[in-house]
Amino acid sequence: MTPEMKTAPRAAGKVHLSNVPAASSAPPVKALVRDLNFYYSTVHALKNINLEIAEKRVTALIGPSGCGKTTYLRCFNRMHDLYPGNRYEGEIVLHPDNMNIIGPKIDPIEVRMRISMVFQKPNPFPKTIYENVAYGLRVRGVRRKGVIDEKVEQALQGAALWEEVKDRLHQQAYNLSGGQQQRLCIARALATEPEIVLFDEPTSALDPIATARIEELMHELKERVTIIIVTHNMQQAARVSDYTAFMYLGEVVEFSNTNQLFTNPTKKQTEDYITGRYG
Amino acid sequence: MDKLKALIARRKLFDRIFSVIGLLALTIGLLTLMALILDLATDGLPRLSWDFFTSFPSRFASKAGILSAWVGTTLVMLVTAMTAVPLGIAAGLYLEEYAPKNWMTALIEINIANLAAVPSIVYGLMAIGLFVYTFHLGQSILTAGLTLALLILPMVIIATREAVRAIPSNIREAAYALGATRWQTVRDHVLPYSTGGILTGVIIALSRAIGESAPLIAIGALSFIAFLPTPPISAEPPFLSFQWLMDQFTVMPIQMFNWVSRPQEEFHHNAAAAGLVLLGMTLVMNGIAIWIRYRFRKRIKW
Repeated sequence: MTPEMKTAPRAAGKVHLSNVPAASSAPPVKALVRDLNFYYSTVHALKNINLEIAEKRVTALIGPSGCGKTTYLRCFNRMHDLYPGNRYEGEIVLHPDNMNIIGPKIDPIEVRMRISMVFQKPNPFPKTIYENVAYGLRVRGVRRKGVIDEKVEQALQGAALWEEVKDRLHQQAYNLSGGQQQRLCIARALATEPEIVLFDEPTSALDPIATARIEELMHELKERVTIIIVTHNMQQAARVSDYTAFMYLGEVVEFSNTNQLFTNPTKKQTEDYITGRYG
Repeated sequence: MDKLKALIARRKLFDRIFSVIGLLALTIGLLTLMALILDLATDGLPRLSWDFFTSFPSRFASKAGILSAWVGTTLVMLVTAMTAVPLGIAAGLYLEEYAPKNWMTALIEINIANLAAVPSIVYGLMAIGLFVYTFHLGQSILTAGLTLALLILPMVIIATREAVRAIPSNIREAAYALGATRWQTVRDHVLPYSTGGILTGVIIALSRAIGESAPLIAIGALSFIAFLPTPPISAEPPFLSFQWLMDQFTVMPIQMFNWVSRPQEEFHHNAAAAGLVLLGMTLVMNGIAIWIRYRFRKRIKW
């Protein structure tokens, strides 16, 4: 054990949702992160992370730039596998079937089929609105037009975009505004009915109104799906999440239900960060 | 204050000097090109007639035509495009999207860039050894097409890589994040979005190939030929024939070279007329590629 870890026993030890005082009774666990370490070739980017992700709740990851929150998020859908030299240690166990997401024998494609992602900058494909949402289904080999039509409509409704685009599904996605593009990306991520949706600073490129719409959307989405969101914006974390993890230098310093973390943090570092002393 | 104004005035003078130099450079280039085309046109235009396209070469300048040459050029370019474009795109995609980035691929990369600079006659020498004597393909349209394909292959590979590299990585990540395999990502995204850039490279490459004569002379293209290759379609079964691939041929630049080297003035006019036709053929070929590129770009909007 390194000295730093001794100062952060909650991060080093196992964190149980049941130990975390929650508003209501503890929800079931969707994913269990155990002793996760991650390396960009020789750089040790994530250190001994232990965390439980609650099912159908929003878990926010906050922390100063470079603390590893995006790196951590991208472990959940194995995005790091796309680039050479990256290495995972430990496990992320996905419930209910106890699949270890980062296990070397697990195909990253299988993981990405179950866990989808919304990126920092809206990144629709330069195709039509319809084709953007349908792509996840096409990848899975869905061919029947009726099925695709239905799922596209459901996903667009889920992303609160249907009313705005229903008359122009076959127009180019790039004609949409930035906020609409991001909601299109959310619809694209929802169309395949994922178990977890990862949001990587989804509103950092958007104006306040578009941001508010996406935050509202997250409230609705958590009825159906587990959400993990990385955000720079502490107010946003406080508004949208049920649980919050504060990360610093590749470690989880503090993890608790959002209310407690923001009103009564147990760690000095957390308090300094949320009160704006650094970060 | 005055110092500042003087400084700005001096900077602006440089601005004007450069715009004059730039304009001059452009004019020199354009004027030379126009002079060339005008010269060709004044010599060649009177010779252009239907007969010129439908006659074989002849001892008499007024009866000579370019039938065998333009048919030969068309067929050779067909073989070249059919070979170089798919091979070059596949190789470029492999290098960018599949191959691991290590010293091996770096070495291959440098070699491809060098290959693009190898003089064409060297490709001709290689083709004699490889296609004519080793594979026994003869001095045929197939040999010629393959030789030119090898000549332009590095250009197509480089163009493909540049076009593929220009696609933002967040688009790739979006596809992978939906569970797409590498092949699905390449087929549905990387390739369609880079088609425009690839075709621009293909246009330049094919334009180079259509004007080549040295490597084809090296493999033994005929300069006087009074028959056409076997037609690819026939009335009796099996209807489709690939015999033309193995037939002897000539191409436009060789026909022109042959005419220019004659002492008689009339043959020089024939050469000029053939030059105009070759320019026209290049334009048509590029036009087709530009049209395809336009069709592809219309469906994609960034």
